[in-house]
Amino acid sequence: MKNLLILGAGTAGTMMANHLRPKLYSNKWNITIVDQYKTHYYQPGFLFLPFDTYTENQVKKEGKKFIPKFVNYIQKKIEKILPEENKVVLEDETLDYDVLIIATGSKIAPEETEGLLGSLWKKDIFDFYTYEGSLALRNKLRNWEGGKLVIHITEMPIKCPVAPLEFAFLADSFFRKKGMRDKVDITYVTPLTGAFTKPTCSSALAYLLKEKNIHMEADFAIEHVDNETKEIVDYEDKRIPFDLLVTVPTNMGDEVIEKSGLGDDLNFIPTDHNTLQSLAHENIFVIGDATNVPASKAGSVAHFQAETLTDNILLYIDGYPLKKEFDGHANCFIETGDDKALLIDFNYVTEPVHGKFPFAKIGPLSLLKESKFNHWGKLAFRWIYWNMLIKGIAIPFVSRHMSFKGKVFDIKPDIKE
Amino acid sequence: MSVKTIAGVEVNVSDEGYLEDMSQWNEDIAKDIASEIGIELTPKHFEVINYLREKTAAKEALTIRKVGKSGIVDIKGLYKLFPKGPLKFSSKIAGIPKPTSCI
Repeated sequence: MKNLLILGAGTAGTMMANHLRPKLYSNKWNITIVDQYKTHYYQPGFLFLPFDTYTENQVKKEGKKFIPKFVNYIQKKIEKILPEENKVVLEDETLDYDVLIIATGSKIAPEETEGLLGSLWKKDIFDFYTYEGSLALRNKLRNWEGGKLVIHITEMPIKCPVAPLEFAFLADSFFRKKGMRDKVDITYVTPLTGAFTKPTCSSALAYLLKEKNIHMEADFAIEHVDNETKEIVDYEDKRIPFDLLVTVPTNMGDEVIEKSGLGDDLNFIPTDHNTLQSLAHENIFVIGDATNVPASKAGSVAHFQAETLTDNILLYIDGYPLKKEFDGHANCFIETGDDKALLIDFNYVTEPVHGKFPFAKIGPLSLLKESKFNHWGKLAFRWIYWNMLIKGIAIPFVSRHMSFKGKVFDIKPDIKE
Repeated sequence: MSVKTIAGVEVNVSDEGYLEDMSQWNEDIAKDIASEIGIELTPKHFEVINYLREKTAAKEALTIRKVGKSGIVDIKGLYKLFPKGPLKFSSKIAGIPKPTSCI
């Protein structure tokens, strides 16, 4: 018997187990998946939890429910990968593999920023990229009386790069509904050149910040948090005061990647952009947030990657050349508040554009334009996630490649400078 | 995309003035872009620029952190070399694409 081993039972790892089990003969291949945690979280829900839009139970389920039959599910901590020996060391046993899929994801590393874990952490400073952080922020917002709300990105890359912006839009809507928007000053702080960095998007969406009265601080790379004065400080000693800081800390790959010497300076694994094979070892494949590919770290990307990776694992096992087909395709809803959302569809090289999705000219979803239908799409997606996506059931009419049908290339970017 | 003459050479640039093709770059182009921004390039600037070009050619994503750990300059030093937007300006001068997010 040969062994296919999957590390991580999050979105990507669970999808791979579901894709591969029916395709690999069970008398030839064992499939094992390892994850130390029992709970599978619907991470897009962490955006809604702080605003009491979702409850705790809507964003978590027992992980075991989504692992297919005849897949060996081990709930233990992964200590180290030994790529030269084709072994993975767990807390109390060692597993051999013929093919390894690494899907260990990314997580926040607040300890990377001086002062972030100081006296204000979880009192006036929160993250919403963890279940615990999102829940603590919800409890804070329920009674918060207003002041300076600063929404802040530490550094790129981060999981779901639009989430902080969505948080700002939803916060505007939330405080307006509570009748206290006049008591809240919202500032969005980014290390990039603006909220929108792609010409088509800054042209089509710049109105959103003005309309919602969200202030912008661009090119701000945080150096430390001053817990005494309640300010974030950048490398040029620029200071931004806050009463409530909602920050996206540095995102890093799992420490097991560092311990195993497989990652870059953020513990992301150098991976072929188109085949998803690791650059260092031919029998190691990487998927989802754990890779260093320049696609968004998002569930939709993992979903499209999973289809390519499934084909490539089968090709690899049979000794055929791999398909160089993953194109960086991402398809993301962006909440803009007031029960509206945008939808964007893009890949490594093509910027988000206008048009209809998934059917050309018909839609029903509109690309790069706000609509209520898109918002319903985002809410419906939670059902799709739990019932189709992680079970590896294909979502009808949504292809792994970005399609140019139904796209309208009508945006003339504003010319700056 | 448009064509612009920088340091006597016709190059393809984005609407924000970033080179579209990093192979069209040379040191004189770098100096011209830098002086437009208001930066006078020193050998230290070029060490950073060459590092950025090397990493971009190897298809590695660039972050301020990465430059800070490169051994060439720390993050404070990077800000001193390229004030008010270290990665933005250094990328522009190095003839590589602007660092972007997904929208």
